[in-house]
Amino acid sequence: MSNLLEINNLSVDFPSRRGQVAAVNKVSISVAKGEVLGLVGESGAGKSTVGNSVINLLEPPGYISGGEIIFDGTRIDQMSNEEMRKIRGAKIGTIFQDPQTSLNPLMTIGKQLSETLIETLKISGSSALQKSIELLDSVGIPNPDQRLNAYPHQFSGGMRQRVVIALALAGDPDLVIADEPTTALDVSIQKQILDLIKSLCKQRNLGVIIVTHDIGVIAEIADRVAVMYNGQLVEEGKVRQVLQKPKHDYTKSLISAVPSGDQKLDRFTVVDYIDGSEEKTTISNVSEHWLSKTKSSEAHQTAISVENLSIEFSIRKALLRKNRIMLKAVDDVSIEIKTGESFGLVGESGSGKSTLARLIAGLYTPKSGGINIFGHNVLQKSQKAKTSLIRRKMQMIFQDPYSSLNSRMTVEDIVSEPIRFHRSTENSNETSKVIKDLIAFVGMPVSSLKKYPHEFSGGQRQRISIARALASRPEILICDEPTSALDVSVQANILNLLKDLQEELSLTMLFISHDLPVIRQMCDRVAVMQNGKICEIAETDKLFDYPEHEYSKHLLGLMPRMDLFRL
Amino acid sequence: MGKINQKSSRWQRFLDNDIVYSFLTTPGAMIAATITLIAITATFAAPLIAPYNPFDPAQISLWDGKLPPAWTDGGSSAYLLGTDNQGRDMLSTILYGGRISILVGIAAVFLGMLLGVTLGVISGYFGGLTDTIIMRIADVQLTIPGILVAILINGIGRATLPLELREEFAIYVVIVAIGLTDWPQFARVARGATLVEAEKEYVQAAKLIGLPKFTIILRHILPNTLRPVLVIATIGLALAIIAEATLSFLGQGIPPTTPSLGTLIRVGNEFLFSGLWWITFFPAIALIILVFSVNLLGDWMRDALNPKLR
Repeated sequence: MSNLLEINNLSVDFPSRRGQVAAVNKVSISVAKGEVLGLVGESGAGKSTVGNSVINLLEPPGYISGGEIIFDGTRIDQMSNEEMRKIRGAKIGTIFQDPQTSLNPLMTIGKQLSETLIETLKISGSSALQKSIELLDSVGIPNPDQRLNAYPHQFSGGMRQRVVIALALAGDPDLVIADEPTTALDVSIQKQILDLIKSLCKQRNLGVIIVTHDIGVIAEIADRVAVMYNGQLVEEGKVRQVLQKPKHDYTKSLISAVPSGDQKLDRFTVVDYIDGSEEKTTISNVSEHWLSKTKSSEAHQTAISVENLSIEFSIRKALLRKNRIMLKAVDDVSIEIKTGESFGLVGESGSGKSTLARLIAGLYTPKSGGINIFGHNVLQKSQKAKTSLIRRKMQMIFQDPYSSLNSRMTVEDIVSEPIRFHRSTENSNETSKVIKDLIAFVGMPVSSLKKYPHEFSGGQRQRISIARALASRPEILICDEPTSALDVSVQANILNLLKDLQEELSLTMLFISHDLPVIRQMCDRVAVMQNGKICEIAETDKLFDYPEHEYSKHLLGLMPRMDLFRL
Repeated sequence: MGKINQKSSRWQRFLDNDIVYSFLTTPGAMIAATITLIAITATFAAPLIAPYNPFDPAQISLWDGKLPPAWTDGGSSAYLLGTDNQGRDMLSTILYGGRISILVGIAAVFLGMLLGVTLGVISGYFGGLTDTIIMRIADVQLTIPGILVAILINGIGRATLPLELREEFAIYVVIVAIGLTDWPQFARVARGATLVEAEKEYVQAAKLIGLPKFTIILRHILPNTLRPVLVIATIGLALAIIAEATLSFLGQGIPPTTPSLGTLIRVGNEFLFSGLWWITFFPAIALIILVFSVNLLGDWMRDALNPKLR
């Protein structure tokens, strides 16, 4: 079997003011026909850059500084743009990450498809239309002849990605490069799309390169895998072999960092290869420390109790009530969270789990229903002073570490703001001592206090967010997808930190995630949400072993089966 | 020793800053900044560097009136750019006049910015009816040509002032008139930036801490909306200088006794057909160079502060 694509010693450099940055360093990989190659690595590993240099779409000022790319026997890395244009689309198809932005919203999908077909295959309009229908049919879009006249916004995310795949296949290419094709999609759709790519690969005898950060995706679809770290290829081989017996240390830690869905571990495996992560200093005798000085004297059995909570958002605004279209984001939800418990909330995007968290935190006002925090009804208008006192005991950690810190303030100002505002220390000396404690407590060096948020990585920013949340001396911590924007290796560190905090400060935790293995490791009890409703609430182990609700079973069935490869 | 090191590293860090870097690699921006800087220093140092004081009657002699520039026939080396009809040295009047123009421009932009940003941020943060009312007023004002609004406000301002104070307060009336014309631009930009920032999670975190709305707006939202406002302010400065010149040219602005560039152009306009071209020409050139370089600076700033535009 001769290789369809061969990349030999490819190097890509990005010249910048601060010198050359080698994004890709002497990488050699190859893909044969009918084979799926997985290219895996964490953000900044250079995996997308490899994909882009094959189709000559490197973002300037990046350029290929060495090596060669041979496609179907011809060298393509030195081709002019005009020559390359004939190969792109016709011989090499590309699937991009976000189906929201990779289709033109002003053109019907029939137009977009036939435009590509006419350009690449040089066929007439009517036969292009015929071919479009066939293509849409082959990617599993029902009633393709009627859907031709639809616009991209009339499709769901998964369907749109199918259209993108159809577009990539339009020129009847030999090689398809898929750059994070399922990252923007929900788990249930992810599986369908991966299955589709795999079957198309076998049917049409395509070479496929899948670029992803998710080892689960690799396990699902790839025949061979190439692991990249820091611009270099660290390991390559058959999927089963690499995942079962990784040779390189990086691969080993990367695989072990993926939380397992089948057994409960004490701690997450930390990828020490990547992050020379700082040891967390523990505050000796936390109960004496400033952090726990205001623990409520009156002990409550239930920390949060939510009764028949509902909220609606208007999707279409109108003057007349009957013309408005409302979406029930949270629909008649009741949950009870015990003090000191770690409660998980799981569901796909749009299931209303974040909205529920924000309702509890008080960022939204519900349409109906009640919320009691430590036995106090926080929705009633009277007793405002008590309500704000109770609300302060509840802090939140947000998903996006890049927008959750004010970029104009130093870390010190960010962390000290709640302390200063509530005057919860005696004097400024104590304040600065407490801040130093806090920042060390979340595993950051004290010198970071004088810096600004942009000087930190995503994981470090998330630690700062945690320090800020702790500065209000919370008793309840709401974590809204705290690690889904982070790499696996960093994820493990943050989750371990949260786990330790919960134990040491005996916090009540509401943990929201779409990632079932993470939920399994973090939570005592779990609620499964779908379309704004709670499907099932159960003990974590019980839910994972014996799910009762149909939807829970469905979700669990979609979990990437890493265990197949684990020894 | 330690202090010096720290200073140099701070200087290094300043040079390393992306915006500074972009400035140092954009020749247009550097030239524009130099010209603007020279214009501002020269006009503000006018009493020190100008050859004459055009407001001192002792230094003006009507005998020297209407002299052409020094290098033309009949020019006098005492008056480089010639003199106007009252015998005032053109170079000195331009320097003094430029000072008034720049002052009025800056003050008007500040007034407009203060008003516009306040209303815009309030509008964006609170939304709903407040937003509708403020932004509809801005929309209505934007449908009327700015200069007409300025003339209207200017006229009302003058009419309400007692006769003897009109001359004295003319300059403030002009500032208010231009400032009140400017604000919708600032309000729109500030509102847009506020809408973006208010959605961000750090604002929600601030709400959870329990900070009052006013503190959130002032400490968290306002500093993050200032970048686009700064761009609008720079371009607005050029527009305000033009607006002042237009008002003065129409005889609605700064009185001829304390001339601004616009007033000088108007005075010169009366003599244009009798061949005294320099009375209009030089102030006009000064105005064009000033406005052009401020505009260029604003354009560069827009690009540098918003890398997505490039």
